[in-house]
Amino acid sequence: MGSITLSKVSKVFGAHAVIPSIDLDINNGEFVVFVGPSGCGKSTLLRLIAGLEDVSDGDIVIDGKNATELPPAQRGLSMVFQSYALYPHMSVRSNIAFPLKMAGEDKAVIDKKVADAARVLNLTDYLDRKPRQLSGGQRQRVAIGRAIVRQPKAFLFDEPLSNLDAALRVNMRLEISQLHQDLKTTMIYVTHDQVEAMTMADKIVVLNRGRIEQVGSPLELYHKPDNLFVAGFIGSPRMNFVNGAAAAAHQAHTMGIRPEHLALSKDSGAWQGTVGVAEHLGSDTFLHVNVDGIGTVTARVSGDFAVTHGDRVFLTPDPQRVHRFDDKGLAIR
Amino acid sequence: MARNVSTRRKVVVTVVAWTIGILIFFPILWTFLTSFKSEAEAIASPPSLLFFDWTTENYFEVQSRSNYFRHFMNSVVVSFGSTLIGLVIAIPSAWAMAFSPTKRTKDVLMWMLSTKMMPSVGVLVPMYLMFRNTGLLDTRTGLVIVLTLINLPIIIWMLYTYFKEIPGEILEAARMDGASLSKEIIYVLTPMAIPGIASTLLLNIILAWNEAFWTLNLSAAKAAPLTAFIASYSSPEGLFYAKLSAASTMAIAPILILGWFSQKQLVRGLTFGAVK
Amino acid sequence: MATLHTRSAARLMIAPSVLLLLAWMIVPLALTIYFSFLRYNLLMPGMEEFAGFSNYSYFLTDPAFFQAIFNTLAIVLGVLFITVIGGIALALLLDQPMFGQGIVRILVIAPFLIMPTVAALVWKNMFMNPVNGLFAWVAKLFGLQPFDFLANAPLLSVILIVAWQWLPFATLILLTALQSLDEEQKEAAQMDGAGAWSRFIYLVLPHLSRAITVVILIQTIFLLSVFAEILVTTNGGPGTQSTNLTFLVYAQALLQFDVGGASAGGIIAVILANIVAFFLMRMIGKTLEA
Ligand SMILES: Nc1ncnc2c1ncn2[C@@H]1O[C@H](COP(=O)(O)OP(=O)(O)OP(=O)(O)O)[C@@H](O)[C@H]1O
Ligand SMILES: [Mg+2]
Repeated sequence: MGSITLSKVSKVFGAHAVIPSIDLDINNGEFVVFVGPSGCGKSTLLRLIAGLEDVSDGDIVIDGKNATELPPAQRGLSMVFQSYALYPHMSVRSNIAFPLKMAGEDKAVIDKKVADAARVLNLTDYLDRKPRQLSGGQRQRVAIGRAIVRQPKAFLFDEPLSNLDAALRVNMRLEISQLHQDLKTTMIYVTHDQVEAMTMADKIVVLNRGRIEQVGSPLELYHKPDNLFVAGFIGSPRMNFVNGAAAAAHQAHTMGIRPEHLALSKDSGAWQGTVGVAEHLGSDTFLHVNVDGIGTVTARVSGDFAVTHGDRVFLTPDPQRVHRFDDKGLAIR
Repeated sequence: MARNVSTRRKVVVTVVAWTIGILIFFPILWTFLTSFKSEAEAIASPPSLLFFDWTTENYFEVQSRSNYFRHFMNSVVVSFGSTLIGLVIAIPSAWAMAFSPTKRTKDVLMWMLSTKMMPSVGVLVPMYLMFRNTGLLDTRTGLVIVLTLINLPIIIWMLYTYFKEIPGEILEAARMDGASLSKEIIYVLTPMAIPGIASTLLLNIILAWNEAFWTLNLSAAKAAPLTAFIASYSSPEGLFYAKLSAASTMAIAPILILGWFSQKQLVRGLTFGAVK
Repeated sequence: MATLHTRSAARLMIAPSVLLLLAWMIVPLALTIYFSFLRYNLLMPGMEEFAGFSNYSYFLTDPAFFQAIFNTLAIVLGVLFITVIGGIALALLLDQPMFGQGIVRILVIAPFLIMPTVAALVWKNMFMNPVNGLFAWVAKLFGLQPFDFLANAPLLSVILIVAWQWLPFATLILLTALQSLDEEQKEAAQMDGAGAWSRFIYLVLPHLSRAITVVILIQTIFLLSVFAEILVTTNGGPGTQSTNLTFLVYAQALLQFDVGGASAGGIIAVILANIVAFFLMRMIGKTLEA
């Protein structure tokens, strides 16, 4: 139904190769998240799949059919934009009905589908309002409603939650995940928020400068990052990287250890250092420790850990959880 | 105390601003008042501001003597005609430049504006001769053609700046939703562009209504719009103040009212959105 | 490609405007150039002959021509001076809190909406006329000799009339720009101890520079070809004292029927306008890009 394959897809703007060459398989029903830092080409890649940009080279196959040359409307995909892109002059009802109207559906069918979508998205009471009379979260839902009525082969989302406040973002995240479970339609979701990526995705695609750094399930990326970039990008707070003697002790050019995999003690341990800043979150404590001969290392302990600025502490990396990288930044397994 | 000072300041500002405003407006007010005077009262010394025998006879005089209504219709046809035709030509162009811009779009726009820089008088002679030889001289059609051409760059620029403000994502959304180019234009672009189109329309009607180079040079009697009709009052002096005022009032009233309702758009339009 | 047809559709949609404007720019201009090299008078049809540069040398040695250039520039600069200075002052005034601001705005904008022929006739007859004009009456009130504006100071009179028409435009644009000045910026400057005058010099004026540029650009385009105001008030006179380039060419063509001479004048006007445009565009380029 909604499998998408990219082979050797590239995109050049002027002389600038935003996407040098990408191969990617997306299976039917998967929730795929593109993550990466700002400007890495996530939106561009999504827009290439949507057909809003022409590929410079390569092929896009949707459902076994080569769609490279098809205009956006004929690819059978729906998109939810970051700014929602609702039609400001149309009511919520007409906004949601628009794709059906374009497809030439019957009035009765349209009414029924719009009513269904409105029910699913809790929009029934707002159908006759204009977009400007809605809150951010409601607008977001209208945009999603407009995307689902058409029963597309796949949904494309471009940072759909970035305009919402933190609490609403968590809510909508759940709603979209719920929607995916109900519809079981392929979804491609762009974000630069790795928490969104980790919580929602079946499969994460980490992009950097237009290249795929790694593809895998959230836990695969967390436990087995292929390289320094992925290791540093996935996980919060960031993985600590240590070079020099401490790394050499693990036969690596660079060793990586996540803050949650450092054992903390006031009495003894492998590394000794001075607490710079201690962030007490209640459930967790983040310590930024100046380790002698290594530099600043972040450690995370659950619960409260009573230390303050200037205290001496000991840190011990969990040997099972040490990540080793060679001098090119690739993981040594 | 501070409150008191600011109220007093506000009163002073109000008095000064109103005085200046009335002074600037005075010639128009005076024309309006004079149009209701008899010719004798119109040149009476000392002049009376309000206390005279109000009469509307000047208006009837102007109409009956010079068939004012025909010139009025000429103005309407020429200004609306040229603006509407201009819009029909300009809307697709501005749309294309705003939504699929290329590297040259800015240059094309600049070039279009630069055609406004060419002084009309540079092409007066050939236009006059071409119009004479094709029988377009002193016809509404001829004036519509010229005014369409001279206002086209402004229409395109204005529409372009308005269209630019429509977020491109909305048009992309329409494309994703399966709208064809024509449906995209009918259902999405046009409704969103209507406010911009309306103010473009308004400003250009005003400009065309008041255009006084080509209308004066390319029309004589038959097709003369109000600009040229009023100009015919320039020779006989003195005794026709009241009728001149009545004719003038009728010539400027429609546009004055139109302009008052659209001040904001007027400014934005004429600056091509460069000042908001 | 998917969006390629959009691009060729785009070209197709731009084409009519471009072609029309191109034709509008090239055809008459080419004809003007052609005529400017002919001896061609409408009163003597069939007598056209090649005249070389004689039309140009006729025009360029005509004292009226230099007067016209001077008058053209005087009108442009005079009106710009009055409207920009007056516009800034008025905009600053109208930006203050007051009662009935909307009505004052309506009063101030009105002259811009008046057709040039009406404006010129009203000023000429009802105000500047030395016998029946309001100014004459005011002068007599003070026991002064009425001044015949159009006979004794024709150019100044034209400048005043045109400035009256354009002052609203400048005011409105500058006012709009002024109102877009961030309130917090002004407050910050106040906190920094800037007085009203230094706030104007260091904050307001730089903020207005873009709007001032726009005012100068747009007005220059229109002011270079002031015509109706001259036609109905002074008819270029007395003599050629208030003849600008536009009016001179008009007189040559439609009063003396000298097609060749008028065309040469037209070409000179185009060249002059291009020189002005060149400087304007550079200036605009600097301000608008920033
Ligand atoms: N139309 C365009 N013309 C030229 N360059 C472009 C164009 N669109 C995008 N780019 C460039 O391509 C690169 C990738 O842009 P893209 O919008 O895909 O980034 P992104 O990953 O979505 O970033 P963000 O998280 O900030 O949205 C950027 O360097 C951008 O400058
Ligand atoms: Mg993006």
